[in-house]
Amino acid sequence: MIYAGILAGGKGTRMGNVPMPKQFLTLNDKAIIIHTLEKFILSNRIDAIYIAVPKEWVQYTKDLIQKHQLHIDKVQVIEGGAERNETIMQVVQTIEQQYGLQEEDILLTHDAVRPFLTHRIINENIDAGLAYGAVDTVISAIDTIVDSEDGEFISEIPVRSRMFQGQTPQTFNMMKLKELYSKLTEEEKDILTDACKIFALKGEKVKLVRGESFNIKVTTPYDLNVANAILKGSLDR
Amino acid sequence: MINQVYRLVSARQIEVSYTDRALSAKHVVIRPTHLSICAADQRYYTGSRGEEVMQQKLPMALIHEAVGEVAYDPEGILPVGTKVVMIPNHPVEEDPHIGENYLPSSKFSSSGYDGFMQDYVFLKRDRICVLPDDIDMNIASFTELVTVAMHAIARFEAKASSRRGSFGVWGDGNLGFITSLLLKFLYPDCRVTVFGKTGYKLSQFSFVDDCLFINDIPADYRIDHAFECVGGKGSQDAINQMITHVRPEATLSLLGVSEYPTEINTRLVLEKGLLLIGSSRSNAEDFQRTVDLYTQQPKILQYLATLVGSTQEVTTVQEVIQAFEKDLASSWGKSVMLWKI
Repeated sequence: MIYAGILAGGKGTRMGNVPMPKQFLTLNDKAIIIHTLEKFILSNRIDAIYIAVPKEWVQYTKDLIQKHQLHIDKVQVIEGGAERNETIMQVVQTIEQQYGLQEEDILLTHDAVRPFLTHRIINENIDAGLAYGAVDTVISAIDTIVDSEDGEFISEIPVRSRMFQGQTPQTFNMMKLKELYSKLTEEEKDILTDACKIFALKGEKVKLVRGESFNIKVTTPYDLNVANAILKGSLDR
Repeated sequence: MINQVYRLVSARQIEVSYTDRALSAKHVVIRPTHLSICAADQRYYTGSRGEEVMQQKLPMALIHEAVGEVAYDPEGILPVGTKVVMIPNHPVEEDPHIGENYLPSSKFSSSGYDGFMQDYVFLKRDRICVLPDDIDMNIASFTELVTVAMHAIARFEAKASSRRGSFGVWGDGNLGFITSLLLKFLYPDCRVTVFGKTGYKLSQFSFVDDCLFINDIPADYRIDHAFECVGGKGSQDAINQMITHVRPEATLSLLGVSEYPTEINTRLVLEKGLLLIGSSRSNAEDFQRTVDLYTQQPKILQYLATLVGSTQEVTTVQEVIQAFEKDLASSWGKSVMLWKI
């Protein structure tokens, strides 16, 4: 089976002094998380969609889905964990309880605050996920990346053509993910905030899928302004 | 949901833009899968519609010939994955005397209104037509063009005199091919003659009774009715030849689009009492009739298969541009974009 996990576990502290997590802020008068969910609903290859939100926002999210008439059987709201990987593992655990885990099952994990993703990105994640077991969505780095160990002086400037910026979805074979995660020590779990990194560090191949420059993450008030401007600028027809 | 719309912003320049769409009770959501490039799209793409029209109509997503699969049906009537052809005409009113494709208020995809180059297309239920599950989607992608011929024949059928012994089709391009093919299947006892000017194109018309070069028509050659599928500057000569070679009381169906006013021999039109029928685009009924005909006469699909000129997978805007450029260089057949963007 093919599952999607929309990760909205964060409380969005980077958004500043706003009364709710960033995934519930509105883009053209609709909560960002709803924009994202709608795109996943339209992917006919996905069997079930899990939205992981902080405990206190579970009912709110359910109400929101109801309000937008998206109470579709394959959509479920669950409680997320404290950290990103914990949230992913909560999704895996819920799926295991409900359906059991099969060897070929994959999970597309996606930031709730990346509402601009496309059908192609989802589709290529599914294809590559089934073929390779781990997938990261990336775009070529546009700016030169500078590596500095102390934040004061340059340690290294990596070759730009080999640098990519990570986006989501990230897709994993769930059995493999569970196996690798269970082997991590508590310290490793603290450091490895990116699930693809777990695969890479354990010597597993992670396939790259081309993202889009517009598949932005709406994390700061600036991003929200940019996202609203992009959308409103396009509503002329 | 944020829907990506790939719009032509000026000649040869396509950019992505975004619209906010909701999954509501009003629309069935279709994922386009196969998009066919039409000559009308190329007139916009190359900028040959002229500066004023370009300024008025752009930015706009091109493509009005396309098929896809149901991604979401709010009423659950059509299962997800159902293959459909999308109808590009969107009437906003009804008139008992004027067909939906002739109402000036109707919106038409890729002519002043966004076409099908989108991540998802939102359509009212009566703007989609279900295709047989086993159909070749490359062939089905240009069903809209087949409906244009179907529509012209339906108008002919409603208005023409009952003598139906022979037809002449002027034009050896895609529309001429489709029109003569439909005539041959809908009127199996009639003779169909194609009038063209390019030998290798005429050699594709294996199903017609005769192929004649336009410079080589015997002076006494006569047909009962004629269909013009030429368009452009050639329309004038084609229409005048039709006037010459049809029998009195014949019907001339005009399908070719010309940007220029056309001088025709009205003396002979009057003398012969000819009926000229303008025909443009098609309506929802024409789509259903066409899809029904695919099922009843599967051989038609075999002939239409020979029109699939090139198929090209498209995953980026740059590849869309490559597909349009390749189509410009192609002299025969339809170019189909496999929509993987």
